[in-house]
Amino acid sequence: MGFLRDLLTGKERSPREPAPAEPAARSALSRFEIGWATDVGRMRDHNEDSALVIAAAQDGDDSQPLFGLFVVADGMGGHRSGEVASSLAARVTAHHVARQCYLPSLMDRQRDADQPALTEVLVGAVRAANDAVSQQVPGGGTTLTCALVLGSQAYVAHVGDSRAYVLDQAGLEQITHDHSLVDRLVETGQLTRDEAAVHPQRNVLYRAVGQSSALEVDTYVRRIPPGEHLLLCSDGLWDMVSGVDIVALIEQAPSLQKACDDLVAAANEAGGRDNVTAILWRSPLE
Amino acid sequence: MTSSDPFETRRIDEPRLSSGERAEPAQQVPGPDGPGETRSLDQERDSIEGRLPEGYLLQDRYRILGVLAVGGMSAVYKARDLRFSKVRRICAVKEMVNSANDPEVRAIILRNFERETSILATLSHPGIVQIYDCISQANRSYVVLEYVRGRDLETVLAETKGFLSEARVVGWAIQICEVLSYLHGHEPRPIIFRDIKPSNLMLDEYGRIRLIDFGIAKMFQTGKKGTMIGTEGYSPPEQYQGIADPRVDIYALGATMHHLLSKRDPRMEPPFSFQKRPIHETNPSVSRELVEVVNRALEYDVNDRYGSAEEMQRALMSLRSAGRSGGTSPFGTPTAILSEISPLWRFASEDEIRSSPAVHGGTVYVGAYDHNLYAVDAEAGEFLWKYAADDGIASSPCVYEGAVFFGSADCLLYAVEADSGRIRWTCPTQGKVWSSPRAAFGHVFFGSDDRHLYAVNVHSGQVAWTFETEGEVRSSPALGEEAVYVGCEGGVVYAVDTGGNARWRFRARRGVTSSPAFTDEMVYVGGKDRYVYALDVRSGWLAWRYRTDGPVISSPAVSGDVVFVGSADGHLYALDAGSGRLVWRHATGGQVTSSPIVYDDAVYFGSVDGCVYSLDAKTGDLRWRFQTDGPVTSSPTAADGVIYIGSCDRYVYALPA
Repeated sequence: MGFLRDLLTGKERSPREPAPAEPAARSALSRFEIGWATDVGRMRDHNEDSALVIAAAQDGDDSQPLFGLFVVADGMGGHRSGEVASSLAARVTAHHVARQCYLPSLMDRQRDADQPALTEVLVGAVRAANDAVSQQVPGGGTTLTCALVLGSQAYVAHVGDSRAYVLDQAGLEQITHDHSLVDRLVETGQLTRDEAAVHPQRNVLYRAVGQSSALEVDTYVRRIPPGEHLLLCSDGLWDMVSGVDIVALIEQAPSLQKACDDLVAAANEAGGRDNVTAILWRSPLE
Repeated sequence: MTSSDPFETRRIDEPRLSSGERAEPAQQVPGPDGPGETRSLDQERDSIEGRLPEGYLLQDRYRILGVLAVGGMSAVYKARDLRFSKVRRICAVKEMVNSANDPEVRAIILRNFERETSILATLSHPGIVQIYDCISQANRSYVVLEYVRGRDLETVLAETKGFLSEARVVGWAIQICEVLSYLHGHEPRPIIFRDIKPSNLMLDEYGRIRLIDFGIAKMFQTGKKGTMIGTEGYSPPEQYQGIADPRVDIYALGATMHHLLSKRDPRMEPPFSFQKRPIHETNPSVSRELVEVVNRALEYDVNDRYGSAEEMQRALMSLRSAGRSGGTSPFGTPTAILSEISPLWRFASEDEIRSSPAVHGGTVYVGAYDHNLYAVDAEAGEFLWKYAADDGIASSPCVYEGAVFFGSADCLLYAVEADSGRIRWTCPTQGKVWSSPRAAFGHVFFGSDDRHLYAVNVHSGQVAWTFETEGEVRSSPALGEEAVYVGCEGGVVYAVDTGGNARWRFRARRGVTSSPAFTDEMVYVGGKDRYVYALDVRSGWLAWRYRTDGPVISSPAVSGDVVFVGSADGHLYALDAGSGRLVWRHATGGQVTSSPIVYDDAVYFGSVDGCVYSLDAKTGDLRWRFQTDGPVTSSPTAADGVIYIGSCDRYVYALPA
C-alpha cells in the first residue's frame, strides 16, 4: 500500500494572505502548481469577487489522479449582497462537487453508470448555488465560473461573464462564452470585439446565479496539455488587461503565484475599475 | 421618441418576473414602468413615502381613489375627474418622481416630459390610450390617462392554458401594425414606440388592442452603474446602438408574436436568440406561413425585415385570408423539394449486407451473409473477386498493409491479399467474430464472442495477446496512441494499453455493442441501456451522458464539436461533444443502428426504414434520402465524393455524396 496523503484546502483566500509554502519536493501535490489572487481594485470600496481553490493529490502506486476545483465568482447587488452572494455560491459549488464526486471517488474506484456524470455534478453544483443565493441573498446575484481538473482534463461550468481561458502554444483561448448583452451583439454581427470592449452596456448580463429559478449552465471539457495553463478570472482582469499582456505576464513570471499578483497589479495600473480575481493552474507533466 | 435611454435594463436588485408571476394580480392600467415589472424594496419604500393618499385632490380636479400599481420610479392611481361632476368619469394618473439631484438635470427632465406629453396629447387613434392632462408639481410629474378596462397580453398569456390560437395572435398583430403605421407616419417626424412587448399591449373589454406605455417614466431614470442583469428581450440588436428606426418596432412586434405563440419568454433566454428557438419547437400547431412572417420581422439585419408596418400588416392579412381557404400548412410536412438521387451503380450479392464496405485503392470490399467477401471496382461497380468464408460475414473489413481483414460467424478472422483475394492466414477464436477488425502498429485488433479482445500480428497471424472481458465482444476496437477502447456485451467499456493491460474500465447498465470513438479528451460510446456516454479518455470518468429513447447500437462519429450517433428510437442525434447537449435530432421511419459518417459538412447513415440519409451536419436538415428495398444496418463509407453502403436487399450501392 502506498502512503496516502490527501490535502484539502477549501478556504477562501483573502488578498493579503501569503502564498502557501512550497510542498515537499516530488510529492504528488508538488506537481499541482497553482497561483491565485484577488483584489478590490482602485475604484470600488469593497471586493465582491470570490475565489476558491481545492487541491487534492495522493502519492503511491495505484493512486488517484490529481484533483482540483477552482471557482471564481463576481457578485452583484446593493448593501454588500454582492460579496455574500459570490462567497456563498463558491462554497456551495465546492461542497456539492466534493460530496458528489471527489469523496465517493476515494472509496469507490469503479467507474460506472450509476455515478452521476461529471458535467451533471457541475451543473447540479451551480444550480445548488443558484438555489442558495436565491433563498439566502435576496437581491444578490453572482457570476460563477468553476473548473474541475482531473489529471490534465478540465471540466468547466459557467454562468455570467467571468471567464476560463486555456493558455497553450497557440496562445490564449477563451473557453467560456460571456452571458452578456454585448457578446450576443457580437455574435449577431452588430458589434465588433473592439466595439464591445468599450460599449457602455458591456456589464449587462442576461444570465447570472441567483436570478431565476431555472438556471441554464454552460459546460465545457478541455484537455490542458501538460505544462500549459488554465486561467480563471473575473471581468476586472479581462476588461482591463489585454490578452497579449495577460500572456506576456504569465510567461515572464517566475511562479504562478507571481503571475497572478502581476495580473492583478496590471489591472490596477490600467485603472482598476473593478474588483479583480485570477486563478492560474498549470497542467502537470505526466 | 421619449427616452434618451434607448433600452431598459434592470438592476440586479430588481427581481425578474416571468410571465407566470406578477407583481399585481390584475393590473388594469399602464403600470408604473409598464406592467409586469417590479422595483427593489428600497425604491418602493422611497415612493411609498411620497405616495398620494386616498381622497387626495390633485390640482383641484382629480380625486385619488386608490393605487393601481406601484414601482420604484413611479406609481399609478385610479382617480375621478371632478370636472364632470354629474357623471363618474374615471381616469388613471401616472406619477413620476424627479429624483435628479442636479437642478439643471431636473429642469431638462421636466422640459422633456412636457414636450413628449404634448406630442402624445395630439395623437388620436383608437389603438392608443388617450392622454387627458399633464401636471408637474414639486418634484413630481403626473400624466392623466384614459382608464382602460381589460388585461395586458402578458396577463392574457399567463392565464391561457395551452397555446393562444393562431387566429387571435394574427388578429392582434394586424391591429398593432395599424397603430404602428399611424405612429410611423406621424408628421413632421415618425414616432417610434421602441417598447412593443406583451405587457405594453392592453386587450380592452371590446377585444381591441391598445398601446399603453410610451415610456415617459424612463426619462425619470437617472444613470445606473455597475454589473447589471436583465435585458428586455424584445428589442432588436440595433436598438442597443441607439439607432431609432421604425423597423425597431417591427422586430419587437415579431418578438412579441414569437412569445405569444411559443410561450417562451424572451427575457429568460439569450438576447436575439429567436431564430435559434423556432416557434414550432414548443408549438407545432403554428402554420409555416405565420412562422415565416414572424421570422422575417425578427431578422437581425433591418434591411431584411418588413420595410414598414403596412407591409407586415399586408402579409398578416393575406395569411388570414389563406387560413380561411384552408391554405396553411402545419409543420412536420417538409415542403422542401428533395433532390432525387440515383445510384452511380449497385452490386448484387446473394444475401443481406449488414456490414459496412471498406474502400481502398479503387476497390470496394464488403462482406455478405452469403459467406462471401466481395471485391468490387469502386468506379464501375464491377465484380473483381470474392473469397468465401464458412459462415456469414457481418463484420466490416479493414484494409492494412496490402491485406483485407474480416471476421465471420465461422469463428475465424481472415487475412486475404487485397489485390487478389488469396488467403494470407486465418486466426481461430472460440466464438463468432461479429466485431470489425481495426489495424495499427503492425497489429490487427478485434473481438470475439469468446469474450476476448485479440491483438494479432498482421504478417504472421500470430496472437500477440488476448484480453479477457466480461462479455462477448461485438463492439469494434478504437485504436488510440496509448490505448485500445472497446465495449462488450457485459456492459463494460475498456481502455486496454498496447501491452494488453486494462487502464480503466467503465460499467454501463447494459451491453455495449457500439464501437467507441475518441478524441484528445473523450471516448464516446453508445449503450443498449439507451445512453450515449462520454468518458474521460485518460481515466474513464463519466464526463456526460445523454439518454435516447432506445438502445444505442450505432457507433458515434465525432466531427468538430459534435458527436453524431443513431438510436433504435429511430433518430439520428447530434450532441455537443463538450457538454452532451442536444444540438439537433432527425427522425427516420425505423431504428438507426447504422453508424453515421461525416463527409463534407454532411452526415450519412442508414435506417431500418430502408433509406440512406444525407443530412446537413450543422442543422440536421434533410439533404436527400435514398430508398432501398431492405433495412439499412450497414454503415456508409465515403471516398472521392461517393458514398458506399450496403442494404438487406442484398445490394451494395454507390451514391453521389
